[in-house]
Amino acid sequence: MVHLPVLQVVIPLMAAPALLLLNRPWQSWLLTCLVTITAFAISVSLLGTVYSTGTISYELGGWEPPWGIEYRIDLLSAYVLLIVSGVAALVAVASRQGLDADVATDKQPTLYVLYCLCLAGLLGIVATGDLFNVFVFLEISSLSTYALIAMGPHRRALWASYQYLVVGTIGATFLLIGIGFIYSLTGTLNMQDIAARLPLVDADRTVHTAFAFIVVGVCLKLALFPLHFWLPNAYTYAPSIVTAFLAATSTKVAVYLLIRLHYSIFGANFALDVLPLNLLFLILGLAGVFAASLVAVQQPNVKRLFAYSSIAQIGYMIVGLGLGTVIGLQATLLHLFNHALMKGALFLAIAGVVYRVGGSDLAHFAGLGRLMPWTMAAIVIGGLSLIGVPLTVGFISKWYLVLGAIEAGLWPVAGLVLIASVLALFYVWRIVEVAYFESPTALTESAREAPLGMLLATWVLVGANIYFGIDTELTRQTSELAAQHLMGGQP
Amino acid sequence: MIDFAFVVDIVVLALLLVTAVAIARMKDLFAIVMLSGIYGLLSAAFFVSLDAVDVAFTEAAVGAGISPLLFLSVLKLTGRYENGSHSHAIFALVLVVVTGLALVVGTLDMPAFGDPDSPASSHVAVRYLEESGREIDIPNVVTSVLASYRGYDTFGEAVVIFTAAVGVLSLLGLLSGPREGGESPVRMGDHLVLRLVSEMLIPLILLFALYVQFHGEYGPGGGFQAGVIFAAAIILHSMLFGLQPAQRVARPPVLRALAALGVLVYGSVGVVSMLSGGTFLDYSVLSEDPVSGQHLGIIVIELGVGVTVASTMILIFFAFTSRSDAAHPETSR
Repeated sequence: MVHLPVLQVVIPLMAAPALLLLNRPWQSWLLTCLVTITAFAISVSLLGTVYSTGTISYELGGWEPPWGIEYRIDLLSAYVLLIVSGVAALVAVASRQGLDADVATDKQPTLYVLYCLCLAGLLGIVATGDLFNVFVFLEISSLSTYALIAMGPHRRALWASYQYLVVGTIGATFLLIGIGFIYSLTGTLNMQDIAARLPLVDADRTVHTAFAFIVVGVCLKLALFPLHFWLPNAYTYAPSIVTAFLAATSTKVAVYLLIRLHYSIFGANFALDVLPLNLLFLILGLAGVFAASLVAVQQPNVKRLFAYSSIAQIGYMIVGLGLGTVIGLQATLLHLFNHALMKGALFLAIAGVVYRVGGSDLAHFAGLGRLMPWTMAAIVIGGLSLIGVPLTVGFISKWYLVLGAIEAGLWPVAGLVLIASVLALFYVWRIVEVAYFESPTALTESAREAPLGMLLATWVLVGANIYFGIDTELTRQTSELAAQHLMGGQP
Repeated sequence: MIDFAFVVDIVVLALLLVTAVAIARMKDLFAIVMLSGIYGLLSAAFFVSLDAVDVAFTEAAVGAGISPLLFLSVLKLTGRYENGSHSHAIFALVLVVVTGLALVVGTLDMPAFGDPDSPASSHVAVRYLEESGREIDIPNVVTSVLASYRGYDTFGEAVVIFTAAVGVLSLLGLLSGPREGGESPVRMGDHLVLRLVSEMLIPLILLFALYVQFHGEYGPGGGFQAGVIFAAAIILHSMLFGLQPAQRVARPPVLRALAALGVLVYGSVGVVSMLSGGTFLDYSVLSEDPVSGQHLGIIVIELGVGVTVASTMILIFFAFTSRSDAAHPETSR
């Protein structure tokens, strides 16, 4: 099917208005599952096609690029499409019961509309080869995300959403300013065309300004320390199912966007003579890892704890970029994929706890090791993966990150990455301690194992954490080829 | 010799600056909303001076037209004055100044405005200007670019508007239809002048919206502007004569369905083009003759945009206003 690249995005996009017309909780859930599973199947097929026949280009509207908009699926985009649509499908399956804890039944159909819109926006950002089209789909995903967060059960969800709305809008505006500068210098919006024409442009100050605005704008969206302040509230107060979806997809797509814009448009070595961007990424990445991990250790709420952990994990991805080598970039790409698996599993398991116990404070976990053994086992394995224990995906990402740091001669960075893993051990241990070594309290004693649908989705992700930690061929090979391609080596 | 257009630019830009500073310093939200309307109108004037009449039209309809109306309906919920202190004022000021300086630095190496040799005028745009007459054959090149060459972006924009509607509905809910019984609360409708003028104007505004909708290929305009203008007429009516009469005609559940249908209509054109052997949104395959296929596609998608935009704007206004009526029933008398 030649239309698969666009169907990947358009199916969830057009499902959204159809869901609004449908407007029934159960049927909306079923349709959302069908749509997200279809999107996942398409992404699998796309990755296969890219492997066998190379980059796919699709001309929207029948106009050849750069006059029309192009969808361009290369290894990197196929790889990110796969993880985003895969998590989206699993979270959708789990949402049937998972939403009941946080969202009134009559509001659930609207949530599914927004869910499909958000997914379509994220997939659109990854699939497109057109710079302005990125902005349009960023708007779709952002607007729907604000509304999804605001649907959380507490009134504070509104404030969290508003905070994110302000930050996100500034980020999007910065991106748009950058795109405007680029257009004024190259006269085109097609990424390939820009990449070809930008080196010929003799207007350093404008190009540098464009680069700065684009990088800062995207870093706001990906919650790079110290631009992360919107994220903990957003993840904590959003409905738990939404948190699972966003934590596994939204920031990953922002990291993808940073890589795409930096490497595919400006080039790997852009402006290194005037701007020590790699050093900046190393410092901010490590600062983020440590600051966020230290804060995570003190959190009384588990959703918030893992939200801070997400900021730390984004730090690792940025450190990988800062190394400025193929292996460093590969580590980033691996962690992008692997972290989606970890946080998807962890937040889905937490959603199960919220469903059964009614909250996500540490107190809500007392004695759950015996009462909800499968759910807690999922959190333990997800936590081990987060720490980076061998036989989990977390180990693979850390391994490549440390390898990259050593290869670049940056021993202190390698050491700091390892030390930071110990911090993860501390915050994961706090949950394990409460769940396995405390007896159930009045709050938790009536808890039962999470419903089957949620457990199933959680454990598929847990399984993926282990599977891709042992059989690394798919992720390792794809990330390696994509990283070589991005750094300008052999594709 | 001083160029007249240059003087106009300077005056308009200076006024924009004054308005922006005034908005930042004020605490009276009502005045801020009015100033933001003025800001929109000034921007529209500036765009006209830059010869970007389509953009100016959109800005006039959105920035000076519908968004102040929506803000006003929000003010009924929030109250008129901003409270709280500006604790981060200094830090924010520094941040804004740095950003502003960066923007100035960015413009230093930019090609001069209107330079025929600049990349923006000499690369992709050339084909749009020279070939769109043959390929799409409609006089307004802007419409050709928005609706066909970059029609997928416009589809995305229509979805953005739709997302806004769903977002507002998800938070505020939807009151199902007009409440039965009782007299419709009269607001400003007892002002004779307002009533007479609006009774004369509202039909004309609706007619003008339809003109903009179906004339977008020939002059400035299209689905977005038409939708906004159409919505403005309905909103004006409900501001003057209360919510009920307007909701009897534009029933919220119907509007919600229309907002979804507009997007579906747009997307269906893409699906039909795929089924007819083209790529998504390739209008040329919709008819035997590629050019009439383009015409057909553009008319249908513009209709989809117009329907989604109009119903979204009215829905958002209804959602805000019905809520403030519920919160302060006495103000609706």
